[in-house]
Amino acid sequence: MSDDKQTKLDLGNLKAGGFIKERGKDLFTVRLRVPGGRMTVPRLKKIAEVAEKFGGEFVHLSVRQSIELININYKNFDAVVEALGEKNQKVASCGARVRVPVACGGCEYNPNGLVDTQKSALEVDEKLFGTPTGHHKFKVAFAGCPFDCPKSATNDIGFQGAIEPQLDKSACISCGLCAKSCVPKAIVMDGDNKPELTAEQCIWCGDCVKVCPTEAWSVRKKGYTVRIGGKWGRNPLVGTLFATFLPEENVSDFIAAVLDWYKQKAEGLGRIRLGDTIIKEGPEALLDHLRGQFPENIVVETIPPQIIATQVGK
Amino acid sequence: MQSIDLRGVSCPTNFVKAKLALEDVDNGTTVRILLDDGEPVKNVPRSLKADGHKLVGLKQADEGHYILELVTAEE
Repeated sequence: MSDDKQTKLDLGNLKAGGFIKERGKDLFTVRLRVPGGRMTVPRLKKIAEVAEKFGGEFVHLSVRQSIELININYKNFDAVVEALGEKNQKVASCGARVRVPVACGGCEYNPNGLVDTQKSALEVDEKLFGTPTGHHKFKVAFAGCPFDCPKSATNDIGFQGAIEPQLDKSACISCGLCAKSCVPKAIVMDGDNKPELTAEQCIWCGDCVKVCPTEAWSVRKKGYTVRIGGKWGRNPLVGTLFATFLPEENVSDFIAAVLDWYKQKAEGLGRIRLGDTIIKEGPEALLDHLRGQFPENIVVETIPPQIIATQVGK
Repeated sequence: MQSIDLRGVSCPTNFVKAKLALEDVDNGTTVRILLDDGEPVKNVPRSLKADGHKLVGLKQADEGHYILELVTAEE
């Protein structure tokens, strides 16, 4: 092969992964970085343009909210990156790194959202995207409320929007809608036909606040319920409760603190996920590590990530 | 008092029907809206509140449905 036919590529583009080998020769899937699944219309148009020029007949919408360009020839990597860059569209990550965060629509237009998951996803993506863990992939998801469409507890760290309700009895018209809407039955109507909340049973979903016709129920405290150690795949784990009402502004620091612990404790254990590391070390070790930095939010005790049997019935 | 009967109408048709009916009602008028138990009574009052109407009462009738009383938005 003569020198002028040698393909030249900027290998710096491949640093965080995101270029995934396809079946057959020369072709790759290019996974795009779409934190929280939010895609501006101008970027969407640019992606369509790039897909038409360099890709196959279709794009694929990944399970984690990415748009993936299919059938990209490796010789076009630089041209694809450059064209996408015109609308500030970047390529995602793969491998043993912090992945692009998943999030629901959040609270700006969605009436169910309790917290701004979109803002959290963008911030975490900006600060921690592609950070090598040294061990295995690391997934983060943000759900705006306990309906939890993003299935937060199946991530290495899952955040779930939560509010603690408070009642102004004088504004209550005794309609009973809050008690009727309360799924865990934490609210019952008392002898005076006013709602009574049993805090231990509350899952902080805010349905009482949302449904209250007179704003007698309002928000006392807001933040994220945090579950750690989840994953899916061949050996699924459900993450367990480590923190409550974590303020939205502490999310990136919290993830960084968990990453520090993971990097340290998984040393020498090979390709191991955070959840399995917690099972090995015991959840108390991680609680203790986090308690110093987030004393108000870390729970007193918790249990290890829970193993889910998938071969039931075999 | 004017009544809007939305019994037997499911979400989101019930809310949209209420909106259409309220287009013809003067501002500041008290209106009664009949809603089925379940999802309708959980969703519709909250959506009408978000539209700016003032919810003043909600009672369950003996037949099981709910009667929502509201004062239409001032503007």
